[in-house]
Amino acid sequence: MKTLLMGNPNVGKSVIFSRLTGINVISSNYPGTTVGFTQGFMKIGGESAQVIDVPGTYTLEPACEAEEIASKFLEMGDVVINVVDATNLERNLYLTLELLEQDIPVVVALNLWDETRHRGIEIDLDRLRTLLEAPVIPTSGLTGQGIKDLVESITSARSSRRVQKSREERWGEVGRIVKEVQRLSHRHHRWFERLEDASVKPVGGFIMALAILASSFYVIRLIGESLIKFILDPLFQNIWKPYLMKLSGLLGSEGFFHGIFIGKLFEGTISFTQSFGLLSSGLYVPLAMVLPYIISFYFILGIIEDTGYLPRLAVLLDTTMHKLGLHGYAIIPTMLGFGCNVPAILATRVLESRRERFIASTLIAIAVPCTSSQAMIFGLLGKEGGRYIALVYLTLLIVWILLGFVLNRLMKGLSPELLIEIPPYRMPPIRLLVQKLWLRIRGFIIEAVPIILAAVMVINILFNFGIFGIIADVTSPLITGVLGLPKEAVVALILGFFRKDAALGMLALLTLTPKQLVVGSVFLTMSFPCIATFAVLFSELGVKNLIKSVALMITLAFSVGGLLNLIL
Amino acid sequence: MEKALTELKNNECGIIATIQGGRGVTDRLNALGIIPGKKVTNISSSPFHGPVTIQVDRTKIAIGYGMAEKIIVLAE
Ligand SMILES: Nc1nc2c(ncn2[C@@H]2O[C@H](COP(=O)(O)OP(=O)(O)O)[C@@H](O)[C@H]2O)c(=O)[nH]1
Repeated sequence: MKTLLMGNPNVGKSVIFSRLTGINVISSNYPGTTVGFTQGFMKIGGESAQVIDVPGTYTLEPACEAEEIASKFLEMGDVVINVVDATNLERNLYLTLELLEQDIPVVVALNLWDETRHRGIEIDLDRLRTLLEAPVIPTSGLTGQGIKDLVESITSARSSRRVQKSREERWGEVGRIVKEVQRLSHRHHRWFERLEDASVKPVGGFIMALAILASSFYVIRLIGESLIKFILDPLFQNIWKPYLMKLSGLLGSEGFFHGIFIGKLFEGTISFTQSFGLLSSGLYVPLAMVLPYIISFYFILGIIEDTGYLPRLAVLLDTTMHKLGLHGYAIIPTMLGFGCNVPAILATRVLESRRERFIASTLIAIAVPCTSSQAMIFGLLGKEGGRYIALVYLTLLIVWILLGFVLNRLMKGLSPELLIEIPPYRMPPIRLLVQKLWLRIRGFIIEAVPIILAAVMVINILFNFGIFGIIADVTSPLITGVLGLPKEAVVALILGFFRKDAALGMLALLTLTPKQLVVGSVFLTMSFPCIATFAVLFSELGVKNLIKSVALMITLAFSVGGLLNLIL
Repeated sequence: MEKALTELKNNECGIIATIQGGRGVTDRLNALGIIPGKKVTNISSSPFHGPVTIQVDRTKIAIGYGMAEKIIVLAE
């Protein structure tokens, strides 16, 4: 049996899905979290039933890609769980009425039930059941309340097949139902509701945005650095290193296998940032340099996402983003890009036109450094002083703005208008925060660590056969001539195609000047996307646009890198 | 008095009279509950023809300036 979870965007479908199936998926407080679909299984009376989390939709008459997918699913399902935001019946019931007109049993989950009380909303459940002629179960994704009842009611649900109505009639009926079942008691203006409106007002909003972004950056660095300094680096230095040194001795301190597993010794001992063996740098780079920032970035991003701040940022930046051929909503994928470009590019699906999606994805891939890159940039340039790091960010920001501006001029078409629901601020529930953070950390460990290890191994083997010497000689006019880097840096630039973090780590081997490190960091961020980003650009944009996008990246990376080399 | 949604002042209310857009725009607005007859309140308007944020029922919605101009309201 196929059960479809359907509802407006941002009503808690993902959370209900996790509750039903035990599969954890990422949920956030802004419309458009679920852009693809997720499926899992749940038990109904001892039998296993398929559950599909359908992308959020306001209506069955599709207006965008995500909504088209939703109406297609309806044809395949056996029963629908319609997740409804109990604090916003007026808007949610329209879809419910549409669903009830279809030939499919519908159960209504009145979610966010826990929120109704302090918002002064009272709903007459029995009356609502009678009017809708369907089971209505109050639920809370937060506490798990009502989930069991929900599952039990599925088997007894019947298709009601109400008469098809026109749009006006439906809205009229929604109005009548709400009037009959909902009672609003007067509630005082909560303090953060005032804050809620302040954040979209021009002056207050701007100050708030600056404060939020600056303090996030500060806290992310603080947490990341502390994790490294007090936990992970000591762990590697004091516990892991003695074992490795023993192994190094067993392997005879040099030779082919020593080179692969331990790497080069510096003054008779292992340097985790420079030895570049599988078990030394291969583990240290992902686990002790990048992971701490992954943890701190996603912790802060999770909070920002779940409070519901991001859509407000979208409103605030809308006018600016139009200059770049986008509208304000594009800032959400962009912010995700600072974590990892892959989910960021997937998230551009919420943008309406192909033109916008191309511009947004290209800008992200070129000018938004992911956490892995940023962690390494901090690691490389941190000791040289904050102004070098600032220089890298400033360069990328300028590229982002100029490129968007130019693409907007060159590409045919207009940027569509922003139309976005602003969710209420919510206190991020700790349990969900932790769960989401864990999903993302696990994702990094499972996906990134093996690639880094494989890349380090391949690089080491190729080194052994002297292949890079040949490549370095051939490419030296570009690398040394244009970018002003030593010719051996080409290895790092090639490695950048696999993992930016490992590649930036290789730059550490070359004893570069701060200026060269800045050029190298900017070049690695802008040039070829890493393989995972490449794959997602391919699937999202298609071959032709992928080629265009990559050509832009390489040209720009050399131009900007060369320019920096000249003027610094 | 009839005016465009963009002309509502902060905290001013109005009843939606017509939406002068094509089908696509009308559909998208309708789906969010912006339909003739509903009461809207202006929450904020961004400068330089930025988006207008309004409240309809219990939902807050930000609408790009160009689209908001096409929504005609009857101000009270
Ligand atoms: N208070 C409360 N918050 C909830 C509930 N269900 C979901 N949320 C929060 O609402 C937001 C939207 O949830 P999500 O599952 O991403 O919505 P989706 O877009 O419909 O999948 C998230 O920040 C959730 O933490 C609930 O029952 N009560």
